[in-house]
Amino acid sequence: MELELRGITKRFPGVIANDHVDLRVTDGEIHGLLGENGAGKSTLMNILYGLYSADEGEILIDGSPVELDGPADAIAAGIGMVHQHFMLVPVFTVAENITLGTEMVRPGGRLDRSAADDAVRELSVRHGLPVEPDAVVENLPVGLQQRVEILKALYRDAQLLILDEPTAVLTPPEADDLFEAMASLRDDGRSLVFISHKLREHRAIADRISVLRRGRIVGTADPREASEQELADLMVGRPVDLVVDKTPSAAGDVVLEARGLGVVDDEGSPLLTDVDLAVRRGEIVAVAGVEGNGQGTLVACVTGLRSPDSGSVTLRGTDLSATSRVDLLRGGIGHVPEDRNRDGLVGPMSIAENLILDHWDAEPYASRGLLQFATIRRHADEAVEAYDIRTPSSATSAGSLSGGNQQKVVVAREFDKDNDLLVAAQPTRGVDVGSIEYIHKRIVQERDGGTAVLIVSSELDEVLALADRVAVMFHGRLMGPFDMPIDKSAIGQMMAGADPADILGDRPATPDGPTADVDAIDEEQS
Amino acid sequence: MNPHVTRSRRFGVVAAVLGALVIGFFALPNAGVITEVSLESRLAGADGSRIGSIDVPILVVTLLIGLAVLALAALLLTVRLPDHVNVVGGAAVGLFVVAFLLWAARGDTLFAVDLARLSLRSAVPLTLGALAGVLCERAAVVNIAIEGQLLAGAFTAVVVASVTASPMAGAGAGILGGVVIAAMLGLLSIKFSTDQIVAGVVLIVFAAGLTSFLASQWLSTSPEMNSPATFSAVEIAGLSSIPVLGPILFDQSLLVYATLVAVVGLQVAIFRTRWGLRLRAVGEHPKAADTVGINVSRTRWLAVLAGGVLAGLGGAFLSIDAASSFTEDMSAGKGFIALAAMLAGRYNPRGAFGAAMLFGLAEASARALQGFDVGIPSQLLLAIPYVVTIIVVSGLIGRLRIPGASGQHYATE
Repeated sequence: MELELRGITKRFPGVIANDHVDLRVTDGEIHGLLGENGAGKSTLMNILYGLYSADEGEILIDGSPVELDGPADAIAAGIGMVHQHFMLVPVFTVAENITLGTEMVRPGGRLDRSAADDAVRELSVRHGLPVEPDAVVENLPVGLQQRVEILKALYRDAQLLILDEPTAVLTPPEADDLFEAMASLRDDGRSLVFISHKLREHRAIADRISVLRRGRIVGTADPREASEQELADLMVGRPVDLVVDKTPSAAGDVVLEARGLGVVDDEGSPLLTDVDLAVRRGEIVAVAGVEGNGQGTLVACVTGLRSPDSGSVTLRGTDLSATSRVDLLRGGIGHVPEDRNRDGLVGPMSIAENLILDHWDAEPYASRGLLQFATIRRHADEAVEAYDIRTPSSATSAGSLSGGNQQKVVVAREFDKDNDLLVAAQPTRGVDVGSIEYIHKRIVQERDGGTAVLIVSSELDEVLALADRVAVMFHGRLMGPFDMPIDKSAIGQMMAGADPADILGDRPATPDGPTADVDAIDEEQS
Repeated sequence: MNPHVTRSRRFGVVAAVLGALVIGFFALPNAGVITEVSLESRLAGADGSRIGSIDVPILVVTLLIGLAVLALAALLLTVRLPDHVNVVGGAAVGLFVVAFLLWAARGDTLFAVDLARLSLRSAVPLTLGALAGVLCERAAVVNIAIEGQLLAGAFTAVVVASVTASPMAGAGAGILGGVVIAAMLGLLSIKFSTDQIVAGVVLIVFAAGLTSFLASQWLSTSPEMNSPATFSAVEIAGLSSIPVLGPILFDQSLLVYATLVAVVGLQVAIFRTRWGLRLRAVGEHPKAADTVGINVSRTRWLAVLAGGVLAGLGGAFLSIDAASSFTEDMSAGKGFIALAAMLAGRYNPRGAFGAAMLFGLAEASARALQGFDVGIPSQLLLAIPYVVTIIVVSGLIGRLRIPGASGQHYATE
């Protein structure tokens, strides 16, 4: 199917999300749509799927203009969409989700479950995407849920498949599976639109890349010719540093010390087992690992949000359990939580209010019991400027921002404090290249200013780019930390549960940091 | 602590206390005391069989019941059955009520068949109200206005059944009364995205106020408008002469049969038909339903109006079947007990009916107990259904899986 968008324009109050966008997707290609958060990628695709109506412009399929007044029209026109937030009913089975809206029925409107199961099984075999038709969706891992979304579109015989940030929720092996599936769909003669802000993924899978910046198409590139650097510069609109520039660390006294941490869940299974970790002034310790191996629990323990069942956590020698949370937050712990929507922001409140969440009653934001709105607004405007938060104004609600911009709000609040310890979990999740560059730079600045930094990330590149020492979590146990440099594949193997002694030989772990002088750090980048 | 386990334990403890009460209070002090349990109906017309009555030794039977309750308690305390805590707990409460009745009727006659008959009849408005709630909730519209729908239905049914002298016309009018309130709920919550709890409260107050006003200003001066033709029992030939079961199940009014059909029909419709799948999809994840071309607001409207049909019928039952006139606030909180039945039944028609039967048993028992000397003022006895409701609501419901989008407005851009 050949798709053409001509002059698509969509305005929201205060912003032009799409500004006369022209886009052409030809038969049997994977068309990459690259752009930063808030560049208008999702808006454009929602227009194409009939969820939004364009203010101007037209959509042509195989040369003839079409009206898409709702998803039903888009489906009828052969367009399918894999949404960033899956459009799956969690309590339904795989087959029920796939056939919803086009159910197979017996006389009287009764569902024909076995026919639906068979159809789903047949579909899944035909496309090489194995699923269990009678599994309940909410019990499936995210990668499989996404597969159900894809099958749902294919069941409706989609000839053009839109994948909106499909890799954002996937682990690296799941992403590889997805790419394989995408390639095979293309070879079937279908067209795919692949949305992502990750350069590497575009170069790996796209046949052609269109770059969207601030609502406009600013260029089209051939992934075989364009370098990551060129794409990044095009996307952000200025030269970007893809490599984190940092000097060897000058680590000082131990700030955070965890000893023998153990936590068990309600069922009695261990979440953390005997974790020892020390982070010193002026160093970045990064914890790598596939998500769900206990990182969240570790972060909760070292930020005082959860008391360990055994062991202790001390901050500059004081036990965290003896300190109230307010004192911890104001007394030098900065925390960028993993789930910003749940723990990092109050969605309905404005950016300005979110930026003073933990200092709202302190000078200069409050004075004699009254909020100082002018100061709060000025503070917010500065942060919006400094962190490049894309928003109509600092009075906009945080919940209405795109994910990356929400993350910038959290980062702005936590980094602006005078921190002894900075704990950042997935600090650049869902954040675009330009902002990643900035956040990474700020993390290094924090370190250089004498803060002890603990990063938890499932992005191996991020771990390697930032870490002075690397630890790996697997099944609630912590391996390391090990001094950098360390081989990327060695970390990968440990993330899969390999014994560090087998990989690294007799290289010692350094739970308290190197005892001798600071190692020279090789600025090797992969 | 896992909430399922906690809830199961809490109920285990309650059941253990009930079991101990049965044994210590009803069974042991009453060695040699007899309750005559009549298996014939004084109420039903059928008299095909004469099996008379049984003399029940209280000690033995209540001891057995007490042990059964203790066994259920042990089950709750030791075995993990997250999906069946409600059923097991409900059975324990039900058994306790039965033991209580046997004890209260000691030395006298307990009309067991009539009690069962009455339980079922008492459960009818609760069931219909609960089904209305299930329908709305499954589409993610919170309907707490059931009380108002019952009242409106009861009022319109009485007037039309009085004027036309036809109970069927009255039932039709009752349906209309329920649907009018449902339409107002739909308008407020689906179209104007009002907070659904507030909308429900407003509609209850509206229906209660309007029917009270009309009853006192109009029905009291025109009593001919408040003398309806009522439903009477219709025997199902052949089945009604079955001993015990016949008078309970097959010698009832049309509205009772309609209720039983509605329970079975909705159970099938919600879980086994295309319409039901779409209804649940709209209630769980309206946007997902929208993106596959399901019309979310039409589905919700249909569910809310169908709920109005059922609740209106429940109202008609109150005024032209259970009673033969309209009295102010005659629903007496049944709409709220119906909500409790809906929750205890976990949004399933079958479960809601089971819970309604438990509440119906409590209500029928309260009336039966007035005939015995139990040393409790009859006004307090009449509070039993509400006490049972509070117990069930506070404990049985516990952690409930509510429809994903419950109470949330949905609008497309």
